[in-house]
Amino acid sequence: MTEAKPTPQPSRRSNGRVVGWCMAGVLGMFAFGFAMVPLYDVFCEITGINGKTGGRYESTAVVERDEHRTVKVQFLAQNGPGMPWTFRPVTRSIEVHPGEPVTINYFAQNPTAQAMVGQAVPSLSPSEGTLYFHKTECFCFNQQPLEAGESVEMPLIFIVDKDLPEHITKLTLSYTLYDQKVTPAVSDSARVTKTTNDNG
Amino acid sequence: MSAVADTHAQDHHHHGPAKGFSRWLLTTNHKDIGSMYLIFSFAMFLLGGTMAMVIRAELFQPGLQIVEPEFFNQMTTMHGLIMVFGAVMPAFVGLANWMLPLMIGAPDMALPRMNNWSFWLLPCAFLILVSTLFMSGGAPNFGWTFYAPLSTTYGPPSTTFFIFAIHIMGVSSIMGAINVIATILNLRAPGMTLMKMPLFVWTWLITAFLLIAVMPVLAGVVTMMLMDINFGTSFFDASGGGDPVLFQHVFWFFGHPEVYIMILPAFGAVSHIIPAFSRKPLFGYASMVYAVGAIALLSFVVWAHHMFTVGIPIAGQLFFMYATMLIAVPTGVKVFNWVATMFRGALSFEAPMLFSVAFVILFTIGGFSGLMLAIAPADFQYHDTYFVVAHFHYVLVPGAIFGIFASAYYWLPKWTGHMYDETLAQTHFWLSFVGMNLAFFPMHFLGLAGMPRRIPDYALQFADFNMVSSVGAFMFGASQLLFLFIVVKCVKGGEKAAAKPWDGAEGLEWTVPSPAPYHTFATPPEVK
Repeated sequence: MTEAKPTPQPSRRSNGRVVGWCMAGVLGMFAFGFAMVPLYDVFCEITGINGKTGGRYESTAVVERDEHRTVKVQFLAQNGPGMPWTFRPVTRSIEVHPGEPVTINYFAQNPTAQAMVGQAVPSLSPSEGTLYFHKTECFCFNQQPLEAGESVEMPLIFIVDKDLPEHITKLTLSYTLYDQKVTPAVSDSARVTKTTNDNG
Repeated sequence: MSAVADTHAQDHHHHGPAKGFSRWLLTTNHKDIGSMYLIFSFAMFLLGGTMAMVIRAELFQPGLQIVEPEFFNQMTTMHGLIMVFGAVMPAFVGLANWMLPLMIGAPDMALPRMNNWSFWLLPCAFLILVSTLFMSGGAPNFGWTFYAPLSTTYGPPSTTFFIFAIHIMGVSSIMGAINVIATILNLRAPGMTLMKMPLFVWTWLITAFLLIAVMPVLAGVVTMMLMDINFGTSFFDASGGGDPVLFQHVFWFFGHPEVYIMILPAFGAVSHIIPAFSRKPLFGYASMVYAVGAIALLSFVVWAHHMFTVGIPIAGQLFFMYATMLIAVPTGVKVFNWVATMFRGALSFEAPMLFSVAFVILFTIGGFSGLMLAIAPADFQYHDTYFVVAHFHYVLVPGAIFGIFASAYYWLPKWTGHMYDETLAQTHFWLSFVGMNLAFFPMHFLGLAGMPRRIPDYALQFADFNMVSSVGAFMFGASQLLFLFIVVKCVKGGEKAAAKPWDGAEGLEWTVPSPAPYHTFATPPEVK
């Protein structure tokens, strides 16, 4: 090791090769950034950590009520930014036995003078309960159009899974209703300046 | 040809009368490009620092005195972005450009034309970023972490310009990183095996791999923002089925390695300076290399410690808490090795050593507050308070920036051929040291008492500490003008520097004359 190599030529690898490998790494990591989007969704679906309840529940298993305990399910409603509709649960809270299908309604009214389309997005708390909350029918599966002044009662049919962990005695389901027609354009300078100054 | 070497030492990159502007525009010389990077980063440091002065002036007293809250938010955002992407990162790339070829005995960087391009992209990127201050709706005001939906649904119209600026500086960083990797892998002098490389070279090699791994992820996340804002996608928009929390995951997957990108090269530089002024070889070279590698690897599995409060299952919180604490082990190895290097050394305290010793002590304080923040249950108390601000300024100012000052003083004689003014440099150190601690230490107390970050006004009980903090910040800020004066004075003249002005220094860079000739190591040196 102490003897220096006689050839002064330092490089055996070509620069092109190194650049090629690095560019492959760069492109791979750029793709990985986007791959995090579906990966995150899959991860949340498996673990339920972001409180998003799943799609339509279809089960062939015989429905069996768990008579030994009840779970309190609370319902919340809120409007997304700029959404003028009246939106509230008809039933605010209900005691259910795990395993039984339960139907409740949400009320929505469009008080404006034009037809609008709303989309409700669910979130369940605690997130640990997300995997045990099944919806067989939900207004959140579809967009809800309402004419000017029209109102509607929107059904939700759900089953709390029998396997819900014993220590969870209360589930809170929150819906946020978003206006689907007006996509807020950030390039709308006047609106943005106004919005950001609201708290200033 | 002596004119070339002379003009290259000029401080201003415009109009060296001898050769004109095109010399700087078209140069492929690693020393020219290194100088340009360093000058650019110092200009950005002053600009970002001016913004910090605006912030501290507003916070000098409770109430709103000087700026509107809207403008205050723009200042905190731009200060963070400019310091991270404009000051610290380009300064390290500048040091890499200047020193890597000299340290490994290479004639230049491996890809000199790309080197020129990656530098000149930076002024373009920052011109775009700074121009947002003059646009309708103002500059970005959502914090340097630009969390969605604050930066998408509620961002100012200039957000799109901000995104393009990030894209361009990302391309610049990636090209710089590729250049560093190609240089280190291909151009080492014969006989310089990987485990004989100087530590600054090692830390930069690992930093370059980090850059290649995470800058594309940053580009990806701003691209998603761009699409959410302008093309109607819903990556981060809950109303369209997206999730704003996803933004935080993708951002911090970039963001945590990024903080090591900003500190690892400083680790490397300090690992040269402490042995030089202790007149002893570095204690535990191999363990230093492995520690840097371990820190870099761990940095990919700790990102969620920035987001404990957004709702993570308990198992996840525990994982990220323990993984974060694990980083203290290799970092502790490094601090131990630096102290062991100084132990029983023949110490002298010139400016580079002063900054390096302060680096070790103050960075360790920043590391400890980081450990406190890593404790998930405690983090709920500290999150988004001034304690966090104190923590990351303690790792970035006496960490990254003191590391850069130490490197600058250590290598200035090599760059300029003159010794800097030692008395002034030590004055600069003490003013910076006192100013920095006055500015940032009270922030720990403010944060623990509950003062939130990123606000222009605060409750009365925080007034005294804030005033102390502002006084310290003004002192720190003003003393950087002294640094500018010292460097200009050193470039213009001063005591002639020997090829090796520090008697304890080691490395190939000290085998070439001072100032380093325009072309060095045309024939590779041989390393025993």
